[in-house]
Amino acid sequence: MSATKIYVGIDLGSTTTKAIILNGAGDVLGRGITNSRSNYDVACAVARQEAFVRARFALIRTVLGREAALAAVAKGFLPALERTFHLQQHLDQLDRLRQALRQAAAAPRHRDCREQLHDRVESIVAAMREKAPALYGELAVRKSDFFRDLAAADYMHLAEQHSDPKRVTFDTLCGLFDAAILSVENSTGDGSFEHHISAALDRTLASRPAWKQSAEQLRAAVETARLIELKETGTVGTGYGRQRLPFPKEQIRSEILCHGLGAHALFPRTATVLDIGGQDTKAIQVDANGIVTSFQMNDRCAAGCGRYLGYIADEMNLGLHELGPLAQQSRRRVKINSTCTVFAGAELRDRLSLGQRREDILAGLHRAIILRAMSLLARSGGVRQEFTFTGGVARNPAAVDALRGLIKENYGQQTLNISPDSIYTGALGAALFALRGDREAA
Amino acid sequence: MKPELEQLVHRAQQLYEDLDLAAVRTWKQAAPGRKAIGYMPIYVPRELMHAAGILPVGILGGGDRLEIIRGDAYFQSYICHIPRSTVELALSGRLDVLDGMLFPSIGDVIRNLSGMWTMLFPGRYVRYVDVPQNFDPKVGGAYWRRELETLQGDLTRLAGRAIKDDDLRHSIAIYNQNRQAIRELYQARSWQPWVYPTSELYLFLRAGNVLPPEEHTELLRQYLKLAPLEEDRKEKDHSRVVLVGMFCEQPPLGLLLTLERAGCWIVDDDLLLGMRWLTGEVEVEGDPLANLVTAFLEQSTATASRYQPEGDRGRALVESVQHNVAEGVIFCAPSFCDPALLDQPMLIAALDRESIQHTQFKYSEDTGQFAVIREQAGTFSDSIRLWSEA
Amino acid sequence: MSEHSVEKEQSMLLQKQMIAGHYQALARAPEEGRKTVYTFVPGNLTELLRSFDLLPVLPEINALQSGMRKLSAGYIAEAEKYGHSEDVCTYVKCDIGMLKKGNISPTGTQLPNPDLLLLSYTGCFTFMKWFELLRQEYDCPVAMLHVPYQADGKIHPHHRDYVVEQLRSEVIPMLEKISGRRYDEDRLRASLALSVYAEDDLVWVLESAKNTPSPIDAYFGGVYYIGPIFSAFRGTPEGVEYYRTLRQEIEARLRDGLGPITPEGSMGRERYRLVVEGPPNWTSFREFWKMFYDEGAVVVASSYTKVGGLYDRGFRHDPDRPLESLAEYCMGCYTNLGLPSRVELLESYIREYHADGFMINSVKSCNSFSAGQLLMLRQLEERTGIPGGFIESDLVDPRYFSSANIKNRIESYLQMLEQKRGTKVGA
Repeated sequence: MSATKIYVGIDLGSTTTKAIILNGAGDVLGRGITNSRSNYDVACAVARQEAFVRARFALIRTVLGREAALAAVAKGFLPALERTFHLQQHLDQLDRLRQALRQAAAAPRHRDCREQLHDRVESIVAAMREKAPALYGELAVRKSDFFRDLAAADYMHLAEQHSDPKRVTFDTLCGLFDAAILSVENSTGDGSFEHHISAALDRTLASRPAWKQSAEQLRAAVETARLIELKETGTVGTGYGRQRLPFPKEQIRSEILCHGLGAHALFPRTATVLDIGGQDTKAIQVDANGIVTSFQMNDRCAAGCGRYLGYIADEMNLGLHELGPLAQQSRRRVKINSTCTVFAGAELRDRLSLGQRREDILAGLHRAIILRAMSLLARSGGVRQEFTFTGGVARNPAAVDALRGLIKENYGQQTLNISPDSIYTGALGAALFALRGDREAA
Repeated sequence: MKPELEQLVHRAQQLYEDLDLAAVRTWKQAAPGRKAIGYMPIYVPRELMHAAGILPVGILGGGDRLEIIRGDAYFQSYICHIPRSTVELALSGRLDVLDGMLFPSIGDVIRNLSGMWTMLFPGRYVRYVDVPQNFDPKVGGAYWRRELETLQGDLTRLAGRAIKDDDLRHSIAIYNQNRQAIRELYQARSWQPWVYPTSELYLFLRAGNVLPPEEHTELLRQYLKLAPLEEDRKEKDHSRVVLVGMFCEQPPLGLLLTLERAGCWIVDDDLLLGMRWLTGEVEVEGDPLANLVTAFLEQSTATASRYQPEGDRGRALVESVQHNVAEGVIFCAPSFCDPALLDQPMLIAALDRESIQHTQFKYSEDTGQFAVIREQAGTFSDSIRLWSEA
Repeated sequence: MSEHSVEKEQSMLLQKQMIAGHYQALARAPEEGRKTVYTFVPGNLTELLRSFDLLPVLPEINALQSGMRKLSAGYIAEAEKYGHSEDVCTYVKCDIGMLKKGNISPTGTQLPNPDLLLLSYTGCFTFMKWFELLRQEYDCPVAMLHVPYQADGKIHPHHRDYVVEQLRSEVIPMLEKISGRRYDEDRLRASLALSVYAEDDLVWVLESAKNTPSPIDAYFGGVYYIGPIFSAFRGTPEGVEYYRTLRQEIEARLRDGLGPITPEGSMGRERYRLVVEGPPNWTSFREFWKMFYDEGAVVVASSYTKVGGLYDRGFRHDPDRPLESLAEYCMGCYTNLGLPSRVELLESYIREYHADGFMINSVKSCNSFSAGQLLMLRQLEERTGIPGGFIESDLVDPRYFSSANIKNRIESYLQMLEQKRGTKVGA
């Protein structure tokens, strides 16, 4: 049985919690993400578990890669195994949701309709179980990676069908879900590799003749990977909730440092980092080694942060990811002077009532957000080559367009880096600190 | 609107909208060696600059048309807006045409901006104009005279020519004419606010920021002549109100329009107070510096940034309400403007003693939304009318 | 440690007694027929007031004490109820609220109404509005002392003459009228002579922070050290006694190589030496301080401790030039200096006190301090090559102290300094 040293970075953010696992060479073995919810400990455990699961799959890939004979089979097998694994996790969560729903239905205030409620819940969950495999099909596009979101979408849809205005109302069913999902989310459950791999493996192997034929070798490879000991040699926590992590002080780093180092790891020539997250915006300058040399954060008001776009999306009844593309359609940008979150709704309604077009208002809003970020960048020492943009807002194309334009106008042509994995930047930095700490100790 | 007035308004509007100070550039280019000096809101002795052949240029921020890209980097969210846009104007090169800046004593933000200017633009002429808050001629007067002499010395060096007493007397006379024209305009508006709507009057006043005073006076005179010829300017069932709190950061033009459309005739205000700081004429004969000192000590207007030894904050406001036969007061102050906002409770107390109605709201120079203000001003105007009928 | 904590307590106790005694004297003032003068810390004329046997009341001190004792939120709400804007200075609102609720001092004693408002208009525009507001409440006379701003950091002779003239023609006659006493310059001189002793000792204490480790915290501890001299005790024997005691205590700490005293005892290893610009937050003062000492961060110099006079740059009250030196004192107070002078001072502190970093606590209330601080930050970074930290809070409005946010910034900043130093996780 072989062992490999691993280093874990956890970023406990205000909206999401991220975990990253690195090997001794600094390669990413696994990533995990979950919504931070009200319970940070659980969020942390869930993200970690997810990262460990992914790390195992990375190991399986390595083991399979060594066997040339399996190459052809492995190509499709591994993703299928991974999907099936997640389906198993999902079904497991559904079981827990069912339990929680039954418990909630047993509350005294549902005395009059307990039995009907019970039946409806059973039917709904059964239908959800039926729909689950489709969520993890080969070409399936999931709207979210979080069980909460996926379950909620299905449940609400089904609850509408299974409710009636007299006995079991839609509101009652919604209320049950709200109570139940909270209890599911606030306990870790067991989504571990050990717990689900065997069922997932059986199911996957049975699903295709070619895999059935190579079952023995494939099982052996998975077993080899399973037995590799992952020695957690260093762990560093960061993020807004880092004080809540059950780590000793030496294992806690500010998210500024982690972001700087993480951005440097993603793009080694990074000199300036802009991170626009849910609750805050950070402008960071780093040296050639990813060491932070200066930084600025937004002031106590969250105007101009990701949350602001969230309010706008809610107000316009749009998905967050729909805002940017819509704004890009603008041809006559409206000038917006205030990015005050409190007044966002009122201002928006007012402008719409004046006949201003949604896309033009949105274009103005995106620019206003980026203008706030430009101030922070200026305060931190400007924009230097290369420039790396991270955080949730970096995934918004209209924000990126606005940023690109303003950077060019004010700082000249600069390389703008955006990684699809930018949400993990902080966790990556934290894991790198864990790795560096171990190297230095050695 | 008749073409003549339309042209005149258009010219004023253009000057107002021109953030690049093209008029100042044109003026400077018209003769070699011409200099221009900017000054922030409220009082600076413009006569001294004029006498040195320097064009005093009023700098009142960037209004609602300037996008703030660099300026915000220097100010926390709880600081008013005018310094941001002023820094933006300067950093974007729009104020390069100025050969210096004067920062009057109006509050801590503008005061500190003078120091920021020194650091941001080393080598440019900067002066904080700390007017006396003691009005005894032998004490505050003596101090102010020394300050004026220092300023005179600076301007002499800057202009490369001595300021002779006769030059200064001449400039005082020129500004007396300008003040006279403004007073007449304010008086005319007070009588017939429908003939001289404030949203228009304001543009003509603002023109004085960038035009030489002689030209500005002429512009005002023309406006005074042309506006009454508009036959469609008729009295409406509006309320007559006095506006207070706008002496530093200026409201967007849209706000003034909104108030008028909401049924308020503005019959007095503290907009562009620097041009109207001295309430009377400055003596032309005799020692010109002494005359400027005396005028400042004895004829300064009452406003938040000036100490009133006699106390009784609000008396001047009540007098304005009475003099202009106003029916109410609108406190319209910029957000985070300590002088205006701290003054308010005292002014309100004075109004309450006289049973004068009032309402209040805040703005910033770049406020783009007036729905709430429209609603509030409309309600206020209605309530005044109902009240006066009752 | 125990021995020193006892010694420390001696100066602390002394100060506590002095403050309590002063509030008691104020409470008794009406029955004893003593007159009181409200005035401000910057540009305060304590010796002059004392020479007329007048008792000073410092509304700023009342406000900050109310903040420390968790009374300010209620007072601010009270003032806002009376029409004060959320935007404006919270010292003013705290004071107005306290007055509206009966003018009970932070220690629980009754404060007398002022017989005079001495508006020492120094370095802060809001002072003028503040006393205009109080004048309306109390209907009492005001003496205005306009102290010209030192935009270029130099004291011009005609500025000094202006202040001296105001003292002679406005302030002193008013004090004579209120107190019923004649101006006694000899008495003033004697008091000013006492000031010098206290000033010398205070400067010694503040400059002890040049040692490594520093025996004092010149910000969180510093605000206690400046208490007596910035308020009612400059030029008094108690003031002299306090500073002598304090100096002896610090001398002992220095001898023993001890770090600053904190609310939780002697500080551990000194890991960061910081210079701080801006006033502290008072509503969460202890918590704020803890964020520093928990990380081993010591403030070795601060500008806030200079709002009541820049003694460490050589200024002393001068018995031979009583009014002139009072005038110079007023003009030299920190917030009465132009921004370039403030930057120069902070830069020299960073160098002279061998600071690893500097931090700006930008308070929402105080435009005099805050407007321009972001440029100061940048200038200091350019001049010293040291990155600065920037945090935002308020004086006495607890709504503006976001603990998690501030702690996050302080930690991030200190970790950055450490990383730059390469002591722990270098590249």
